[in-house]
Amino acid sequence: MIAVVDYGVGNLFSLSSSLKFLGLDCVVTNRKEDLLAADKIILPGVGAFGDAIRKLNETGLTDTVKEQAKLKPLLGICLGMQLLFDKSLEFGEHEGLGLIPGVVAPLSDDINPQLKIPHMGWNRLEIKKDDPIFKYFKSGEFVYYVHSFYAKDCTESVLAVSYYDVAVPGLVRKGKVYGAQFHPEKSGDAGLRLLKAFAEI
Amino acid sequence: MVSKRIIPCLDVRNGRVVKGVNFEGIKDMADPVEMARYYNESGADELVFYDITASFEGRRLFTDVLKAVASEIFIPLTVGGGINSLEDFDRVLKFGADKVSVNSGAISNPALISDAAKRYGSQCVVLSMDVKRVGGEYHVFAKGGREDTGLEAVAWAKCGEELGAGEIVLNSIDTDGVRGGFDMPMLRAIGEVVSLPLIASGGAGKPEDFSELFTYDRIDAGLAAGIFHTKQVQIRDLKRYLKDCGVNVRTEGIYD
Repeated sequence: MIAVVDYGVGNLFSLSSSLKFLGLDCVVTNRKEDLLAADKIILPGVGAFGDAIRKLNETGLTDTVKEQAKLKPLLGICLGMQLLFDKSLEFGEHEGLGLIPGVVAPLSDDINPQLKIPHMGWNRLEIKKDDPIFKYFKSGEFVYYVHSFYAKDCTESVLAVSYYDVAVPGLVRKGKVYGAQFHPEKSGDAGLRLLKAFAEI
Repeated sequence: MVSKRIIPCLDVRNGRVVKGVNFEGIKDMADPVEMARYYNESGADELVFYDITASFEGRRLFTDVLKAVASEIFIPLTVGGGINSLEDFDRVLKFGADKVSVNSGAISNPALISDAAKRYGSQCVVLSMDVKRVGGEYHVFAKGGREDTGLEAVAWAKCGEELGAGEIVLNSIDTDGVRGGFDMPMLRAIGEVVSLPLIASGGAGKPEDFSELFTYDRIDAGLAAGIFHTKQVQIRDLKRYLKDCGVNVRTEGIYD
């Protein structure tokens, strides 16, 4: 059973649909019992970092997510991935979950100003470090991104990157904790294969 | 780098995909779910659904269609048509839309763009513009291309950007359905002043129209309906052609 954490941030329809499409048992939940009972957890999210971390704290699930991340595979997606880091510089400075060392910073500070922000659309995901999550994925396949902030100072955790002037960490991992900056649930067949591999870890 | 996107557009009325020429002469084409499946397998990068039904019953059918598509097609879905309020945003986002496109609703109430961007994020708000030449100027039309608003298109695009839209669809009424190529002069007029991702629409008739489109680097995506629906141009072949022309398009992972 995969528990998808519902903390009132973003649209979970396509994420839960994609898991169901793969024949995976999943529950969209804000209940602690479900996170304890699940064998995997997905932390989704869209929107602003500060708002999201506040909403997650309001559900009272923050400590449970942190504890469970030591015991079972957890996948943060998009903003859910950014929440895994130590802190974010989006509209001020916000503390993250601290599950992966690194900081979330604006792309606009580091890339050619001619490039459009957000980094939106399909980009190649290049594998840097082999991992079971790539069981059904070939390096260089396209995945779908929508984001304006990205993870920095996290070299040790990077599994795969996409190039948008800078190397944007696309997939990161520390221990049992994975993060995907792109949306696997919106990345067509390639994205579904990444979710399938995550479910088999 | 981000690839150029190819986007089929499905006009849905009473639960069916339909197509007109120059915004008129509506004709029944296909079942939207079957069509979405076909496009997903052919390598479409995104799908756009326009709800062109007016009745409440039609809207209900439309959300059923959207839900059915979103349950099995896992590429970004944009929904437009009759979006006038944040409640309309809610209605389609709940059933699997990733982005919502506003047109007439934003013309009569520009705050719809900023309110929606604040609530759902800019990436969720697509400003769709129906543009037509009127006396040497580009004018924005409302009500499905029937009403000249008098708004100057370049100024409206800039305004949309400032209000917080995340993307702009530029649809040329002059070239729509004619299949003689995209409206490059209009696209350039707006591309020069707006830095948002731009989706070109109206006029695609053959693969060469897309390669010409992408020679203008401010354009991020090409949208078409008729030529894809009739399979006159197959997205799969179009992408191979574009790749051979040196255009960065998503091919890997869709032909396996």
